[in-house]
Amino acid sequence: MRSTLPISIPSRFQPAASGSIIDFPAEASCFQVEALSLAYGGKPALQEISLRVPRHRVTAFIGPSGCGKSTLLRALNRLHDLNENVSHEGRILLEGQDIHAPEVAVDELRRRVGMVFQVPNPFPMSIYENVAFGLRLQGGLTRRRMDDIVEWALQAAALWDEVKDRLRASAWSLSGGQQQRLVIARSLAVRPEVLLLDEPASALDPISTLKIEELIRGLKSQLTLILVTHNMQQAARVSDYTAFLQEGELVEYAPTDILFTNPTLRRTENYITGRMA
Amino acid sequence: MSAWSELASQRLPRSEGPWAWLAAGSVALSLLMLGGLLLLIAVRGLGHFWPAGVVQLELEDGRALAGRVVRELPLEQGERERLYYTANRDLDGQVWHWLAVSDIVASERPRDLLVLERRFHGEFIGRLVEVGSVDFPDPTSTATADWNALQASLAELQALRSERDRLRREQLRPLIQQLDADPRDAQARRELAAVNERVRALQHAMQGKVAILESADGRRLVQPLDEILRAWRPNAMTTGEKLTAWARGVWRFLSEGPRDGNTAGGVWPAIFGTVLMVLLMSLLVAPFGVLAAVYLNEVAHQGRLTNLVRISVRNLAGVPSIVYGVFGLGVFVYGVGGSLDEWFFSDELPSPTFGTGGLLWASLTLALLTLPVVIVATEEGLARIPVQQREGALALGATRFETLTRVILPMTVPAMLTGVILAIARAAGEVAPLMLVGVAKLAPQVPVDAEFPFLHLERKFMHLGYHIYDTAFHGNDVQAALPLVYATALLLIGVILVLNLTAIFLRHYFRTRHGYVPRQ
Ligand SMILES: Nc1ncnc2c1ncn2[C@@H]1O[C@H](COP(=O)(O)OP(=O)(O)OP(=O)(O)O)[C@@H](O)[C@H]1O
Ligand SMILES: [Mg+2]
Repeated sequence: MRSTLPISIPSRFQPAASGSIIDFPAEASCFQVEALSLAYGGKPALQEISLRVPRHRVTAFIGPSGCGKSTLLRALNRLHDLNENVSHEGRILLEGQDIHAPEVAVDELRRRVGMVFQVPNPFPMSIYENVAFGLRLQGGLTRRRMDDIVEWALQAAALWDEVKDRLRASAWSLSGGQQQRLVIARSLAVRPEVLLLDEPASALDPISTLKIEELIRGLKSQLTLILVTHNMQQAARVSDYTAFLQEGELVEYAPTDILFTNPTLRRTENYITGRMA
Repeated sequence: MSAWSELASQRLPRSEGPWAWLAAGSVALSLLMLGGLLLLIAVRGLGHFWPAGVVQLELEDGRALAGRVVRELPLEQGERERLYYTANRDLDGQVWHWLAVSDIVASERPRDLLVLERRFHGEFIGRLVEVGSVDFPDPTSTATADWNALQASLAELQALRSERDRLRREQLRPLIQQLDADPRDAQARRELAAVNERVRALQHAMQGKVAILESADGRRLVQPLDEILRAWRPNAMTTGEKLTAWARGVWRFLSEGPRDGNTAGGVWPAIFGTVLMVLLMSLLVAPFGVLAAVYLNEVAHQGRLTNLVRISVRNLAGVPSIVYGVFGLGVFVYGVGGSLDEWFFSDELPSPTFGTGGLLWASLTLALLTLPVVIVATEEGLARIPVQQREGALALGATRFETLTRVILPMTVPAMLTGVILAIARAAGEVAPLMLVGVAKLAPQVPVDAEFPFLHLERKFMHLGYHIYDTAFHGNDVQAALPLVYATALLLIGVILVLNLTAIFLRHYFRTRHGYVPRQ
């Protein structure tokens, strides 16, 4: 059972808003964000965010549109590197290692921290080649081994039964929900430690959404998941911890059941009741 | 009441009517003009190969003529004037006759009127008197024209000709090569002499027969059979025979080389040269254009300088093609070509190898000319790739280079092909720059053959566009060459169409290989 005792971490990185309740020890955290501020061309998008993401749990980021959820998520695998206008301060540690340290290779980091986007983005290749894409980048796999991993990844993404007879068909021939599960399988195939999901179900129908949610819950035994969602019920259903962001600030961060039933701050409560209603 | 308001609400959208009509009218007009142009070229060009009937005329002043009607024009006071093509340049000195219709007393179409296509002096129109030996031609013979004898003699001649060609190909050439390798080979020398003797005998047999011909006004002519390419009697032919003859004519036009200073014969070397040059150009321009576009779009810092380069590239597309020709002549032909000659072909100097216009320099010049088109099209294709595709690859641990080569570039192939299509469309029709960098009036030797290195990049080549220009303006009888000009123009359009369609099918294949682009 999860402890309901609020354990505050005495740290200089404790967020100013101080609504956070963290009930896991520092060793159990996978990501550790320390006073992260980020700006797009001088316009601040994240301000002094500090939080720790627990290993093998599902953590949800919620908040109004434009509050910086995606920005924070993309900072975690350095996707912002592509944008010359982005500047940041503060540190992000993955398993204790600063991800911006010069000895960290960004492609290796991104292999360890996979990402699934809002709109399914399979490559214009066959289903098989999509899943094998990351494996081919690493190279050195035998044909048999590759087949095995592809099958395993598709099984893990609960897609195998639907596509096993047409692995050579184009990935674009799949439905939206299937495509999104294919993208998840593609990410899983390279055995990431963390999977970032940016509103992975918002473009899908309720049934597909349910499948994705089930998948997320099932995957946490194997890796850490971070989920951005607009759907409060979804956050409540699948996540263990929830961080509430507003205007680039981390307002409150707590175990999901506490945050939803008993938020510390008025701002959180207003947002949640407003959205739940 | 409700019916009334319904009617009122159905009024035409304001001001859309005339605009729609204007737009539709412009489209219709453009299509009509285009269709008319194609039709004109097709009729004039393809009609040339039709074995049209010939008429025999008797004029008021007693003269007799035989020829083909070419066209008719009205004169003043209801009078009309006709242009006849009467051939027989060796008898009359002129082959065109304008006649007032009222001057013609009688006009008939005798079945025995004969048309000959000859190697010299163009066509002959008239009658056949006799086929005989060259040694005793009897210009006063009264024998009746024997069409079948002529046919038989021509067939016999053809057999001799192919036997001679076979001897040359299969015996003479190997022997000469053998002697080249070892000039003291007495055995080969003897064999060579023997074969030469046989060839000479065949040659002599071929020149052994003549036809005695008579023009419509009774003048006679001794015509060596060897110089007759084809003979036919248009008035005696059925429609089926004419159709066959027409198809043969079209085929000869496509498959043979030109004769008579480009005013007769076919255009095969020009077709070959055009296609080869365009293909070479595409092979040269595609990689350069794609690399340049990749650099501009993916590698370069997106700043003011990059934008300046981009604008310059777009403006280069508007530079007149002759300027590229001058550039090609100065830089490729004299500059690079001259240096190549000094370094590698110095024993051939002063006759230039690469230091003169040729296939390679022409292709390079046109590649330069079409480079902006390919760059722009590829850049637009790169910009159209959804950012999600890039991020998807990056998020799997791909480097920027891997993302580019494995995801982005394969998705950009259709855009690149669009660029190549536009490049082909522009390059295949260019003539001006080619005149400076390598096109030839006559180059019956195509730049590809069985001789190492098979593709001869330094050779001059023929081009359909230039062939049109040359035939239309530099022949000795422009009127006679005009149908060939139309036919060549039609062919040029056809060649460009085929090249373009190939690229379009290729693009369609790459576009639909994976279904359509997903929503973005
Ligand atoms: N590439 C960019 N360039 C400039 N500003 C950006 C960029 N991406 C995001 N922003 C700005 O940063 C802020 C946070 O954006 P972000 O995409 O992180 O919001 P979000 O919480 O994910 O919103 P949503 O729920 O609508 O996806 C917004 O004000 C947005 O306008
Ligand atoms: Mg977002």
